[in-house]
Amino acid sequence: MAGELVGGHQTSSVNPRITWEGCSVLLDINDGDRLVFARLSPAATLKIGDKKCSLRPLIGCPFGSLFRVETGPNGPYLERCVHSSSSGANDMGVQEGGDRQLESESKDNRALIDNNSAQNLSSEDIDAMRRDGATGDEIVEALIANSSTYENKTVFSQEKYKRRKQKKYAPKVLLRRPFTRSICEAYFKKYPNRIGFLRIDTLSLLLSFANISAYSDVLLVDMVGGLLTGAVAERLGGTGYVCNTYFGGTSHSLDIARIFNFSSEFDSRIVQASYSHLCSAESLDEEGSKMHEIDHPAGIQSIIGRESSTKCVPSTGSTQIQEAQSLRNDNSSLDEELGNTKENLSSGQEGLHENNATITYKAVNPGKQASPDAIKMWKEKGFNSLIVAAPELEVDSIVQKLIPLLSYSAPFAIYHQFLQVI
Amino acid sequence: MPYLLFLCTEAATSSFSLSSAQQHPIEIYLGVLLKSVTVSMLSIDPSKKNSFQRFISDGDLVIVYERHDNMKAVKVKKGSELQNRFGVFKHSDWIGKPFGSKVLSSKGGFVYILAPTPELWTLVLSHRTQILYIADISFVISYLEIVPGCVVLESGTGSGSLTTSLARAVAPSGHVHTFDFHEQRAGLARDDFERNGLSNLVTVAVRDIQGEGFPDEFQGIIDSVFLDLPQPWLAIPSAARMLKQDGVICSFSPCIEQVQRSCEALRSNFTDVRTFEVLLRTYEIQEGRIQSSDGDESYRRITHTRRKRQCISSEDNGENTDKATSIPTVMARPCQEARGHTGYLTFARLNCQ
Repeated sequence: MAGELVGGHQTSSVNPRITWEGCSVLLDINDGDRLVFARLSPAATLKIGDKKCSLRPLIGCPFGSLFRVETGPNGPYLERCVHSSSSGANDMGVQEGGDRQLESESKDNRALIDNNSAQNLSSEDIDAMRRDGATGDEIVEALIANSSTYENKTVFSQEKYKRRKQKKYAPKVLLRRPFTRSICEAYFKKYPNRIGFLRIDTLSLLLSFANISAYSDVLLVDMVGGLLTGAVAERLGGTGYVCNTYFGGTSHSLDIARIFNFSSEFDSRIVQASYSHLCSAESLDEEGSKMHEIDHPAGIQSIIGRESSTKCVPSTGSTQIQEAQSLRNDNSSLDEELGNTKENLSSGQEGLHENNATITYKAVNPGKQASPDAIKMWKEKGFNSLIVAAPELEVDSIVQKLIPLLSYSAPFAIYHQFLQVI
Repeated sequence: MPYLLFLCTEAATSSFSLSSAQQHPIEIYLGVLLKSVTVSMLSIDPSKKNSFQRFISDGDLVIVYERHDNMKAVKVKKGSELQNRFGVFKHSDWIGKPFGSKVLSSKGGFVYILAPTPELWTLVLSHRTQILYIADISFVISYLEIVPGCVVLESGTGSGSLTTSLARAVAPSGHVHTFDFHEQRAGLARDDFERNGLSNLVTVAVRDIQGEGFPDEFQGIIDSVFLDLPQPWLAIPSAARMLKQDGVICSFSPCIEQVQRSCEALRSNFTDVRTFEVLLRTYEIQEGRIQSSDGDESYRRITHTRRKRQCISSEDNGENTDKATSIPTVMARPCQEARGHTGYLTFARLNCQ
């Protein structure tokens, strides 16, 4: 993770592009069919279908590398492969499709009968091929060659067939870097309820509107599992502070923030403080909340807080963002792994679960309590922005309490699934 | 389909009718503010950061806010005046006040003085070309995975709307190299960045990227590339040489035919090609009251309350009889003039070798 100086700019120390032992990664299996967060510990394994492979070959490779499951003398293993082959094949398909335009018009499925007899290779044949050391690609080609109906399919249909066989016999594993974008997309796809249905474009709007940048002190109410905290910390780049506040006694879970591969410097920037701590011994109390005003006949909503009688009330020119979605049924399984599709059984044990309790090294632990010095500084200076993402809370009263903590003209952004919680 | 609510709330600050006793706290701080430190768009220098202790001073760039769709950027200059439909505003009145203050004009009208942010800048900058707006900008920055320390290439610069947000994202240790083939516009953009305190984060160069590609000096060190060109497929091979492995490229094109050709060009060196369109729906909110009509319970009316200040406490509803019950309710509807299609955003990642 050492940074290099290239062209006068420090690179890589905040943005490592090569995996290292113990880092967390996102494994994308078969083009998004299945998404797994994992830690690359030496003993980590991944189960695909009925094969269990060690993740050790992934250590030290650049993010974005592609791996194929191959069968070797010691059992299945992951082998790194190059992207170009697959894209080359697709290109060929597209070009030939153009030439054979006339032919494909006459191709349809009238001759297809679904009686399982089109494929001449049996499963024993395939197993035998595997034992002989055939690669996944070779098996797929053999299947194509032995299919009596393949030639009569349209190009599009052939591609579909090929891809399906590849997924089964030559599964690909893509090594992805856990980043705000990939983490948010993975969770949104599989366990959206854990992140309050916060989609990546909404999240990016929140970050933009709240003017998150380096050296900002950001006040957050993060009840979306820590995703928002991680995203803000990423944009802060190890400067400024992310202060997660909570009402009542218990802080919120920030588990997702652990997946981000933050260095300890970044981690130290993520702190928590209960609301009462932030307000204790302060003279801001009597100010109460602020007065919002319409001066525009189109009917922008106004919220009236208690009149402030003492010093200047902080004001914000700001926007609120909300997203409304219908409630979805969530089958939130207790399994920590994302993306249990129906044909895949539960994953292997080691190293696959997020926040795996068996991880003993590198206990990254964002979310320490804020130091009294920091709290004092925030009282003096005010926070630079506020973001609230609290799907379960009534937002209005929270916001009114938190806004006095913001510095003058500081932007804030509020996310909620439902329109009515304004 | 999920939709986004975007509403602008304006907050009043110190109302002008503060008694003199209450104004003392401001005057105490005035003494502390010794030299005029210009507020930069970004809080890169911690001493210039916006805070309770930071007040408007001579030379600052501020945003004068009349309405959510009507604001302008002004450089504060002692002795200068701002004239608009609310009256005449003296800049000197602003100096020493906190940002976000409501200030009065000679005839009693008012505006708000806000601290500049890249979002507000996008809404006030002078359009020399068509610009990108907040919905696209925020999505691009997230999807290009830009964080502090990144080195980013952009072509074309245009009016600098996206560039300002890119600068914020890479601060303090990264850099944005932006190119435009139009010398005059490049110069104007350079001036804007200078004025906004972004010159050490952004370098503007005049270059025809479609014809010549990016300069060789950037090969292999770039984290992200953004293209806003009429024929981006001509620049894509060069972009591929500039990017680090797994680096991300984005191309913005209004027409789907451009997207199609770009995708074909991307296929050789890139993977994970995805095209998006981002639309932001804004809502206007009113408070209404549902009232049952006198005696007749078979239907209920909704009235709008359009008065400026709404009191939550119970009020006399005027024309309705005491039999009517009224329930306050929130009413939201999409704004009549929402911004429509701007362009398609196509993203891809550079293959690993």
